[in-house]
Amino acid sequence: MSKQPTDGRPKVALFVTCLVDLFRPSVGFASLKLLEEAGCDVEVPMAQTCCGQPAYNSGDRADARAIAENTIHAFEGFDYIVAPSGSCAGMLRKHYPQLFSGDPNWEMRSRVFAEKVYELVSFLVDVRGLTKAAAALAGSVTYHDSCSGLRELNVKAQPRTLLRSVEGLDLVEMKDADVCCGFGGTFCVKYPDISNAIVEKKTEAIAATGAGTLLAGDLGCLMNMAGKLKRQGSSVEVRHVAEVLAGMADAPPIGGRG
Amino acid sequence: MVEITSPRFKQNAAGALADEQLQKAMNNVRSKFIDKRREAAEALPEFEALRDRAKAIKDHTLDHLDLYLEAYEKKVVETGGFVHWAQTAAEARGIVLDICRMANARTVTKGKSMITEEIGLNGFLETMGIRPVETDLGEYIIQLRGEHPSHIIAPAVHLTKEQVEEDFRRVHDHLPADRDLTEPEALLGEARKVLRAEYFNADVGITGANFLVAETGSSIIVTNEGNGDLTQILPRVHIVVASIEKIVPTLEDASQILRVLARSATGQEMSTYTTVSTGPRRNGDVDGPESYHVILLDNGRSAMLGTEFQEMLRCIRCGACMNHCPVYHSVGGHAYGWVYPGPLGAVLTPSLIGVEKGGHLPNASTFCGRCESVCPMRIPLPKMMRHWREREFERGLNPATQRYGLRLWAFFARHPDLYRAVTGTVVPLLSLMAPKSGRFGWLPLAGGWTRHRDLPAPEKRTFMQQLRDREAVSRQAAA
Amino acid sequence: MSARETILRKVRASLDAERNAEQRAETVAERLARAPRGLIPARGKLPQEERIALFCAHLTKLAATWRRVGSADEVPEAVATYLRERNLPASFRMGSDKRLADLPWSGQRSLEIRTGPSDGTDEVGLSHANSGIAETGTLVMLSGAGNPTTINFLPEHHIVVVEAGRIDGDLETAVGRVRRRFGRGGMPRTVNFISGPSRSGDIEQKIILGAHGPRALHVIVVG
Repeated sequence: MSKQPTDGRPKVALFVTCLVDLFRPSVGFASLKLLEEAGCDVEVPMAQTCCGQPAYNSGDRADARAIAENTIHAFEGFDYIVAPSGSCAGMLRKHYPQLFSGDPNWEMRSRVFAEKVYELVSFLVDVRGLTKAAAALAGSVTYHDSCSGLRELNVKAQPRTLLRSVEGLDLVEMKDADVCCGFGGTFCVKYPDISNAIVEKKTEAIAATGAGTLLAGDLGCLMNMAGKLKRQGSSVEVRHVAEVLAGMADAPPIGGRG
Repeated sequence: MVEITSPRFKQNAAGALADEQLQKAMNNVRSKFIDKRREAAEALPEFEALRDRAKAIKDHTLDHLDLYLEAYEKKVVETGGFVHWAQTAAEARGIVLDICRMANARTVTKGKSMITEEIGLNGFLETMGIRPVETDLGEYIIQLRGEHPSHIIAPAVHLTKEQVEEDFRRVHDHLPADRDLTEPEALLGEARKVLRAEYFNADVGITGANFLVAETGSSIIVTNEGNGDLTQILPRVHIVVASIEKIVPTLEDASQILRVLARSATGQEMSTYTTVSTGPRRNGDVDGPESYHVILLDNGRSAMLGTEFQEMLRCIRCGACMNHCPVYHSVGGHAYGWVYPGPLGAVLTPSLIGVEKGGHLPNASTFCGRCESVCPMRIPLPKMMRHWREREFERGLNPATQRYGLRLWAFFARHPDLYRAVTGTVVPLLSLMAPKSGRFGWLPLAGGWTRHRDLPAPEKRTFMQQLRDREAVSRQAAA
Repeated sequence: MSARETILRKVRASLDAERNAEQRAETVAERLARAPRGLIPARGKLPQEERIALFCAHLTKLAATWRRVGSADEVPEAVATYLRERNLPASFRMGSDKRLADLPWSGQRSLEIRTGPSDGTDEVGLSHANSGIAETGTLVMLSGAGNPTTINFLPEHHIVVVEAGRIDGDLETAVGRVRRRFGRGGMPRTVNFISGPSRSGDIEQKIILGAHGPRALHVIVVG
């Protein structure tokens, strides 16, 4: 773990993620708010684009490396690098060191960088010691565990802890909350029919809870589930967990209302 | 020979998704296997530590595989057995045939074994005039149907009991037509009777092996039905077909791995029968086979050693990876188009039949990581699927549109200023085009997405644009 | 070059085995000679009476039945009772195991005892286990004329006698017993580790007992 600056306010860089940047800026602003309220000095380095996961998972190691070098260069001066996504944070924390494994110039550097990377909600709870969120949301909510956050970064209890503290919020667990939603990055467009079969099971589990709102910590999964729910005519509202925790759940939900 | 349909994975999958019987049968995999494994793992506090031990044992063995193979061979010979080495499936089939011919075999019974599926043994024996009879209930059912296993430990998991009843009525036509076969109990009872006769009838019994023990020259199988035992103790000849990575050093090592095998596979603490077989019957024995042969098959394994795929050779074929795989749950095992389905197949199949034919399989994964999280041998399955994708990419095997799209996107991702400029133009445009609902039902070039779901529309400006706007406002306010 | 040589050569090349050949050979010889015991779950590490209780509890969970008798002399009566209670014919098959042959069968005159391997016509078989394993409720059966392997699988009902003093905590201890009896690296033709009656879940994952082996397993714990 990185050493804390003497004034106790860690310097945190927000890795916005490409999907949040392009599709859902409100998640970025919610992240800024949560991090600042948790006593961090937050910056958003402009030299960021994407974590490189699409290239990495498509077998294009050279491009993934080039993107990773850019990212490390832009972020390594901070105490922490935080992303509102388990998938992107997992890429930065778990996979960057593998990309540079055996490279004398980059291996150590990527490891030092990776140690400082956190997924947003687990950072708030595990590093900043948050136990409650100063937010309110009336109604029942169900939470989907996105795969990378869950299995690569152990994000499971943290969002639930904070959500239970949200005033008026009733957390209802869905069946198989830890099962993939079928997004899988490029998988969902390469194998759309299989992806659809998987997300159909997910929306069935969501509907069975009777919850009015679906939350998760990864925009890719959220767009997939929201897209399917809307196509099915569901009235369930879909949001990123950070929006609720930051008290910013008044904007239209992902994929619109109704 | 097992026909390879892996290159048609997409068509296979589409067929499977439309198959109502299959979808009904797959519901059983989705819940039962998973719950039972979880309960078994939770009931043993040392389970996670035993996974580490099991991994370490196999890693050690693979690193010394040549020496353990030699030690194993020596012990088999000492105990009166024969060891045959086969580089390829064809060589292994030839050896089986030779042994069967020497024994004047007309009928061979078989215990459940994936390795004999891999070498396509049944079809071969049939063409040579020898009748193979599968004795595991699931294997027996699919043999009647002319199919291959859709799951490595539950071969008929893709079928409903109604389908099995139909097959039994068709094949067992010597039995009264008005018998009641509606329940699985009745189906099992009938198969038991039919197969009892076959065990006594068979000249040769063929099994696979879960482990080969170097210390004692033993082969170990685990079953629940007892069919693997009747297969090896009643005929005169017992043939074991096993691939070279099945070796473990000692009985203690096998014991350690056995503790994670059944728990991961079926959620049992031990399978009903764990059988350690060493050589032929001894002087004074009153039953057991008169001769014992082991066929050690390479068939591509030695080429995996020392590569990024070596860890796959730790696999003990428990099936936990497919039991937990959302893709396997959706399409079943046959869609994978060769012997080994699910995540283990996605890694192993390209290794054994070539990535040109098996290339779809490592791509058809969401990388959810659930397989790795339950693998008792801690095999990093997604990582190895990614390695296959890398090999495909290096060799230009993936579709051109995908490659160029990816390269173009990567070019922008490597140049932040350019990326900002382009996304800052495209996003507002896309937002402008969006219907009032806040989502697209259709969008050019996004058919893969919009075929089954809507695409949420972006906000009016990117996060970076909005952030700069806000900063500009606060700077003005400060001035 | 033979297939054997080719395979071993390929394996050695992949592993770069020539580089430290001596050390590798030593490592393997040591491992085979010493057989490290590994990690033994705490579950079976119990005083004898509790170990026996754990063994029996596991048998029940596995859908086997059991009965404990005070001494070997009570076994014939226990066998006869089992047969009577289940309306089975008063006959069974067993091997030549002295521990079974020497029992006071004369007290159960109506019992017909057939000896030798099973030919598939026996409804009931009787065996003597080498030992039991408490952690999983497993019986360890050694092949031979004493306890032919066919008796473990062909009869519908399998009755197994095991001495309470030979119920071990764990699998490794049971393996150790076999090794002590046959010498290091020595083995009988077959060792069957049996945990409950035969079963199959191959049709819609519904577990049904009596797939190819015995439908019922009854254990008589002696002592």
